[in-house]
Amino acid sequence: MVIAERKPIEEIRAMLDGHKRVLLLGCQECVTVCMAGGSKEVALLASALRMVEPDKEFMESTVERQCEREYLEEARGAAEGCDLILSMGCGAGAGFASDIIEGIQVVPALNTKSIGVVDEPGSWVERCMACGECMLHLTGGLCPIALCSKSLLNGPCGGSQGGMCEVDQENVKCGWQLIHDRLKSLGREDLLEEIRPPKDWSAAHDGGPRRVVREDAMA
Amino acid sequence: MSENNGYKSGSRLERILAAGQFAVTAELGPPKSVDVAVIEKKAGHLKNKVDAVNITDNQTAVVRISSIAAGVLALQHGLEPVIQMTCRDRNRIAMQSDILGAYALGARNLLCLTGDHQSFGNHPTARHVFDLDSIQLIQMVRIMRDEGKFLCGDEIRNSKKESVVEPRLFIGAAANPFGDPFEYRVIRLAKAGADFIQTQCIYDMPRFKEWMKQVVDRGLHEKLYILAGLTPLKSARMATYMRDSVAGLTVPDEYIERMEKAENGAEEGIQICIEQIQELRQVEGVAGIHLMAIEWEHRVPEIMERAGLLPRPQVN
Repeated sequence: MVIAERKPIEEIRAMLDGHKRVLLLGCQECVTVCMAGGSKEVALLASALRMVEPDKEFMESTVERQCEREYLEEARGAAEGCDLILSMGCGAGAGFASDIIEGIQVVPALNTKSIGVVDEPGSWVERCMACGECMLHLTGGLCPIALCSKSLLNGPCGGSQGGMCEVDQENVKCGWQLIHDRLKSLGREDLLEEIRPPKDWSAAHDGGPRRVVREDAMA
Repeated sequence: MSENNGYKSGSRLERILAAGQFAVTAELGPPKSVDVAVIEKKAGHLKNKVDAVNITDNQTAVVRISSIAAGVLALQHGLEPVIQMTCRDRNRIAMQSDILGAYALGARNLLCLTGDHQSFGNHPTARHVFDLDSIQLIQMVRIMRDEGKFLCGDEIRNSKKESVVEPRLFIGAAANPFGDPFEYRVIRLAKAGADFIQTQCIYDMPRFKEWMKQVVDRGLHEKLYILAGLTPLKSARMATYMRDSVAGLTVPDEYIERMEKAENGAEEGIQICIEQIQELRQVEGVAGIHLMAIEWEHRVPEIMERAGLLPRPQVN
């Protein structure tokens, strides 16, 4: 899922400047699971803002998904009379809300961090960088682009020590140590001797904003 | 394609190693300003004392004069440069362009590195590149040299009417015998086409010998030359710093104690370094040393003299 976290309240307050009636718009998908922008977080942020911004009015609404047109169209009603929408969806949701709910500025309450998983309760970690050309079959299901701080494709750099990464030896594991250990446990060390060719980054964002089209699903 | 009397690049470093001589490379860090006198001064200490000198590429991600520009200046002062190139700051287009440029300006050795993460340097908010990793960079330089082609497959020629004129570089790589997990690194380097390896600096000699044994057992020392990295200790404080703060390094207690007990720490550090050189000369598969005397270039001649490595051999 998409992992996000809420911006500091002071940064959010700065975006409210000059506005009177603000809709806090939550999303029931990923950001609910990562506890950043679901209905609970909408209510918490709204009450915090009411305390520090007593002259402004804060409305609350949480839609099924901010990344789908029909749900955002439903939010239009809740936005009526508001002069600002504070989206608590991910970057895609906040941006799309701005397309669909015309005439009202949409600002982001969250910082979108990654495509990740719940590592343990209360801890979310990045696992995919949407490179457009998955290679998990070669690396024991652990993505070197997401898990190595330098996105190296052919083994660790010299900064791997005791299973940890030079970038943060206390908190960041060396992605290549993980891949190495996983492949060993799978009996696939042979994959560690192969050389991966330069990646085709045109399949990633470097090729421009990507669109996936399924003609059979088109109206 | 160009001829080089059977050599891949014809660099002095390659010729020394091919002749079976014990090679010595040193290191020269370019200045953090345009004060080129720094390069001239450091080059003066190293000239005729070592076979080639690594020119670092924005090491620890701190901005300095580019390794190619500083390498050309070093060449003008009589050194043979080993241009370091990291994958951190350039994509494959800029790398190939710089490789052509470096060769055109006289460079004949290229050391292909991953590069320290930008978080260590003076622009920690920079975006890094890593379009290629060091293994892919080595492969690319080899394809440019041996096949006369760019990574995309195009021939290295100015037009269809003109001939292929390819950069012929002696290709180096780095390996950390103490990094984890290290056992597949040298295999991949050899496969990718590295001609020589310089190692991370060695203090833990037993562990280095164990690593060399693995390298020799696999016959990898016959595929590429291995230069053992050494950094002379300047003081007891430096010894404990290296032990406690440098990722991937272990400094045995014996050296720490010797440095602490010594009246003259610098002298003891040089003595230890000379003993290490003598020990390394006996290790099977070690083709030479890479002497990283950080901001201590002026002590290199003394180390070389006392280790019996002067004068440097002449090769044709």
